[in-house]
Amino acid sequence: MRLRLVPRLKPSPVALYGAPVLAIALTVTFGFFLFLGIGRDPWAALYAYFIAPVNSAFGLSEWLLAALPLALIGLGLAVGFRANIWNIGAEGQLVLGAIGGGAVALALWREDVPGTFVLVCVAGALAGMAWAAIPALLRTKFNANEILTSLMLIYVADQLLGWLVHGALRNPQGFGFPESRLFSPEAVMPLLWPGTRLHIGWLALPVAALAVWFLMNHMVAGFRLRVGGDAANAATYAGFSRSRMVWLSFLLTGGLAGLVGAMEVAGPVGQLLPKISPGYGFAAIIVAFLGRLNPVGVVLAAHLLALILIGGENVQMLGVPVAVAQLFQGVLLVTLLASDVLVRYRVVRVGRLGERARG
Amino acid sequence: MIDSALMIAILVSAMRTATPLILAALGELVVEKAGCVNLGVEGMMLVGAVTGFAVGLTTGNFALAFMVGALAGAGFSLIYGVLVLVFQVNQYAAGLALTILGGGASAFWGQTWQGRNMRGLQPVELPVLSELPVIGVMFTRLDVVVYMALAATVIVGLILTRTRVGLILRAVGENHDSAHALGFSVVKVRFAAIAFGGAFAGMGGAYLSCVMTPLWIEGMTAGRGWIAVALVVFATWKPARLVLGAWLFGLVSVMQIHGQGLGLAVPSHVLAMLPYLVTILVLVLISRDATRIRLNAPGCLGKPFRPTA
Amino acid sequence: MTPRRTSIFLAAALGLGLAGPAAADDPLKIGFVYSSLIGDAGWTFQHDLGRLMLEEEFGDRVETAYVESIDGGADAERVIRQFASQDFGLIFGTSFNHMNPMARVAAQFPDIAFEHATGYTQDTNLAIYHTRAYESRYLVGMVAGLMGDSLGVVASYPIPEVLRGINAMTLGARSVNPDFTTRVVWISSWFDPGLERTAADALLDQGVDVLAHFTDSPAVVQAAEDREKYVVALGDMAQYGENAHLTALVYNWGPYYVERARMVLDGTWETANTWEGISADMMTIAPYNDSVPQDVRDAVDAKMEEIRSGAFHPFQGPLVAQDGTEKVADGELPDDGMLLSMDFYVEGVEGSLP
Repeated sequence: MRLRLVPRLKPSPVALYGAPVLAIALTVTFGFFLFLGIGRDPWAALYAYFIAPVNSAFGLSEWLLAALPLALIGLGLAVGFRANIWNIGAEGQLVLGAIGGGAVALALWREDVPGTFVLVCVAGALAGMAWAAIPALLRTKFNANEILTSLMLIYVADQLLGWLVHGALRNPQGFGFPESRLFSPEAVMPLLWPGTRLHIGWLALPVAALAVWFLMNHMVAGFRLRVGGDAANAATYAGFSRSRMVWLSFLLTGGLAGLVGAMEVAGPVGQLLPKISPGYGFAAIIVAFLGRLNPVGVVLAAHLLALILIGGENVQMLGVPVAVAQLFQGVLLVTLLASDVLVRYRVVRVGRLGERARG
Repeated sequence: MIDSALMIAILVSAMRTATPLILAALGELVVEKAGCVNLGVEGMMLVGAVTGFAVGLTTGNFALAFMVGALAGAGFSLIYGVLVLVFQVNQYAAGLALTILGGGASAFWGQTWQGRNMRGLQPVELPVLSELPVIGVMFTRLDVVVYMALAATVIVGLILTRTRVGLILRAVGENHDSAHALGFSVVKVRFAAIAFGGAFAGMGGAYLSCVMTPLWIEGMTAGRGWIAVALVVFATWKPARLVLGAWLFGLVSVMQIHGQGLGLAVPSHVLAMLPYLVTILVLVLISRDATRIRLNAPGCLGKPFRPTA
Repeated sequence: MTPRRTSIFLAAALGLGLAGPAAADDPLKIGFVYSSLIGDAGWTFQHDLGRLMLEEEFGDRVETAYVESIDGGADAERVIRQFASQDFGLIFGTSFNHMNPMARVAAQFPDIAFEHATGYTQDTNLAIYHTRAYESRYLVGMVAGLMGDSLGVVASYPIPEVLRGINAMTLGARSVNPDFTTRVVWISSWFDPGLERTAADALLDQGVDVLAHFTDSPAVVQAAEDREKYVVALGDMAQYGENAHLTALVYNWGPYYVERARMVLDGTWETANTWEGISADMMTIAPYNDSVPQDVRDAVDAKMEEIRSGAFHPFQGPLVAQDGTEKVADGELPDDGMLLSMDFYVEGVEGSLP
């Protein structure tokens, strides 16, 4: 007798909600013994990890703020991934958005242009799209693998940002330190929740989630993307242009990632620094899959990952080494990803008969 | 301005820089030939680096250090294998999770080994070759792993193209449904390929911690795992080209540093972009010929396999 | 289990904002924000030595905590605020990138003492502190000049702090060895052991006989040891270079941290702008290698005393830039503003600034 997985025709509603709970329960148990093993109070550590970061109004606002970049990029990625188009370089597109938005903010520094922040966001989105257009162009014109080119462009983008904040965009009054001026108030994202750092950019999240849902479920382009992902041959026979799908998904993700980059520098950061993102572009890939490439799922997954990120910082304040926090994060991700199988598959026992066919 | 001694020094440095990349990329190449993309190379390298260093330091036996590093990498890669092959998790997500987990696990275990010094594996003098005029000195300054990595590339290349094992592996990567129908166990073949990839990534990590910079510091791979992933595609899944790609990458990195020492005044950030831009450029040149790249790219790369009883 | 339970409930109460001000006999909680991993050498490691000295000095009277790898972006402000809202009474930000986040949080928590290293923004509850590392750099440069003829520097980014260091080492070396030259390689990273090693090897291949570095790992020291050359390290890394490690510049944050914590405990803390070096024991150099002859030690030690007493300034005039322009006139002292924004190489450094 062996166990094997049989695909479900419809995701099981019990498993849909039960699987993540199971995964978190497993990880929390692991974490309990891990923290105990390194001589920390496991209850206090788990509390610091999952509850303390979000049990105040400010904590809540920080949670929403940290989830915003993950969710926006994750939404864009989910569209491309549905079509089997692999933009791994959202991190680079984010950095370019920061550069583009930052350049506009600095060009209009002390020019008293009301609403500069809108221009900053637009410039960021455009810069992210331009950066995403490179792998899209190389894919469609030269057949170059988009995973590789978008990945390589992350490093190039990082160096470009470094070069600019060490040179052209450096604060002239900043004693040569590698950072730009602080943006003028007009260029800074207005706050959505006064007293916190949550800015009006957050409103882009429901808009983007709705738009992606509408695109994927009610528009011809979305249908083509899904067919392109599920049955590439069928898409070809139907005359769907692969190139257009590549362009659509890259420009969408690039635009969202660029917007995120601009909103980070014009929002909580307030200036250009050599490093803007703690890896949102990479984490968003995990977010996209944890969210099952579904807009609602992506938004939920982004909040889970943001909590893990903040919790990892918080638990260090109790003296838990960052290595342990990172290990815990890794285990949580692995169990979350693994538990997803229960949603899509049933576990059934098979006897000898089932074995035969497998050769 | 550049004399022959300096040329040799640059080549030696480039080959040393390339070796961990060759090892890790060769492993990833086999994984991808079997139809899986494992983005967890960075994590596996870190696990291999810390275990390799631990064994090298405690036993002084580098052969053992590399073996244990390989075993650790292989064992660690099985997490990816289980996620992808058993739990049907998307390969890219699983690989990224492995990178995060590997960073944490290696740092956690490595706390004991941090701050310890070790005399690394020393170069060997190759008979005959080291007698050659001008370039002979090069063969006194490279370590045995450099040669073994090259030998491994040749062997893997031959296995992939000339043997039944290679044929099965490629069949599984090319079209897993056909391979399955022919009676091959897609899951078993892929598990083996993933473990092989983990072992070589582990050795690549061990090269860093036992030869290149004989010490353990958390995060010491500093992005080399990603470059290894890039190299595989750069090489269009061909082992020989992979070596050339790694050397080219090593040479560009080393040349930009030498250029600065010799007074070349280009912003360091721009120089640091060079290897990546060159990689993209070469990839574009290679990929332009659509038929050529399609011949080499495994047909089922990145696609999930569901055995249909 | 009782104490543990209490701690959770305490944490819960704090988190919900129900707790009153900390009682007088509670330990002072001191938070550190680090920009990189502590590792076993380099910038953050040296700050952490200071933190440990604090714990040693005050025992139960203080409680320290730190968060690693907070490097720019939106994270820094969140972490600093998290410290502030958990009743930490003294918070240190150890990297330049923490400056503006710290200034923003400080403005919202007027009763908490904030300290920021290497920055220039001060407030009534935000003190700034930095070390005159160039003083030690000058001394290790002298050692290099007396033990060799050329220096190879593995450098990170061309910011004033690093340029001051390169120039100070070159000036120190040339004060005892007028033909001494310095070569610089920028690797655009603070931490990449493999690349640091490659850069060190490249410099040695080009014929330099002493190495120095601004990067965080001991890879450069290992390179010098392997190739039987010398190195003046960043932080005491003697264990990695038994023969090669001549000495090192050593940051000594501990005394400053102890002093500032004592002020908070005594209720005498106030904002300050501290930029001190050898005279305040915030900088020193590591013990000499056995191979460093007595006359070299004597010369360097004597210069150290001159710097300590203020009789000598590494950048005192005449200070001439690489292109021949005079930066400080003969007999004059440089002003701190020029030092803080240094953007040139001195004579003796080869190549031009990127």
